[in-house]
Amino acid sequence: MINLPPGVPLARPSLGSSGQTGTWRVLRPVIHYNKCTKCRLCFFYCVENTIDLELNMFPKIDYQYCKGCGVCAQVCPTAAIEMMREVK
Amino acid sequence: MQVTKGVVKALVGNHAVAYAVKQAKPQVLAVYPITPQTTMLEKLSEYVDRGELKARMIRVESEHSALASIYGAAVAGARVFTATASQGLLYMTEMLYWAGGQRVPIVAAVATRALASPWSILDDHQDFMSKRDAIWIQMMAENVQEAYDLTIQAFRISEHENVVLPVMMGFDGFILTHTMERVEVLHDSVVDSFIPPRKFNLVDFTDPVGVGPVAPPEDYIRIRFEAKKAMERSKRVIKEIFREYEDISGRPQHGLVECFMCRDADYVVVSMGAWSGDARVAVKRLRERGAKVGLLKVRVFRPFPFEEVRDYLRDCKGVLVMDRAYSFGSGGILVNEVKVSLYGHDVPVHSLVGGLGGMDVRPLHIQTALENLMEGKLEEERWLL
Repeated sequence: MINLPPGVPLARPSLGSSGQTGTWRVLRPVIHYNKCTKCRLCFFYCVENTIDLELNMFPKIDYQYCKGCGVCAQVCPTAAIEMMREVK
Repeated sequence: MQVTKGVVKALVGNHAVAYAVKQAKPQVLAVYPITPQTTMLEKLSEYVDRGELKARMIRVESEHSALASIYGAAVAGARVFTATASQGLLYMTEMLYWAGGQRVPIVAAVATRALASPWSILDDHQDFMSKRDAIWIQMMAENVQEAYDLTIQAFRISEHENVVLPVMMGFDGFILTHTMERVEVLHDSVVDSFIPPRKFNLVDFTDPVGVGPVAPPEDYIRIRFEAKKAMERSKRVIKEIFREYEDISGRPQHGLVECFMCRDADYVVVSMGAWSGDARVAVKRLRERGAKVGLLKVRVFRPFPFEEVRDYLRDCKGVLVMDRAYSFGSGGILVNEVKVSLYGHDVPVHSLVGGLGGMDVRPLHIQTALENLMEGKLEEERWLL
């Protein structure tokens, strides 16, 4: 490992260290996998990088960080993503 | 180390610095052309094109992007270089602070030039001096030879494990950048052993970290405090590296300041940059007439060599500080630093401001000011209009 002098500002991000932004969500995107064509547009468009691709190439949303902005639902060509009211 | 006689070349300042950069073997360059630095960029592109310098030259759309891109490359482990001047340096300013605060080893050459408005492409130190708080080590060359030497040393200093700070090498626009002088250049093998490839990296790719993070107040002030300590530590490192360079080049490197006939002098003129040569001539002429005058040339401006300046000047009867930059509403920038160094000592310090926007300053101007100082007729601040 590197032997750096003290005072070089580096961060070691960990889960939740920058805020659990998922708690901000009012609307929750839900993927209807029967309509999904695996086009990956939601994956590319997600501004917070919270959509991951599974091994079978289906998108999966990380609800711990998804703010519920709805961009994925807007760009989905088959309307496979539905924004549903968050129920706590 | 063994002294190997260098090769003598006739080079203009820009080409001398480009030559030094070629020998230092950076892997990534990003330079945006600006007068008076442009011919250096042209030379570097030539080196890259001919394959003499195996580096990636990134074509950027601005100085801001130039520093931003090499910042990234330097964090990733590359040795990097950029050069700019004047408005370009101002445009680069935001990234200067990012690089300084992040402690990225970067070397930048600044071909000093006046700032607008009014527009001027000629030499003064306003651009260079305005960057004195950006957490960059700042050094300034007197002649083309020194510009070459300092560029090579800058890479070593910046990458030293106790320092890890970016280094800015200033040399006067046109007066040095476009003037051909006799330069002794080192052999490539000598430079190779003087600046070995970088040993450390800011990030470890097997153990990811975030660079340029947000810091809460208690971390922020601690990081700034460490930067201050690194600056203070760097003084010793710079002196060591200068001494080592002296051994391989056989040329005296003097340290943070150069004392020319100032040890026994009653009146000393303090200067920085190319016009130290004119001050040297003025001092020599006055010495021939028996006046006890000397010259103290500041080579490293940040970290400022307070101890050295105090040691040389505290027993003087009068000090004249030459400024090619001005802090409006305050005074000459170098003169203020000298006054701080002499705090508690009863030495009258006078300021000579001149050369702004390329205004010609000759040895006679400095000689007259020194004569007036000795006669007690010099005002506290004189502008050479």
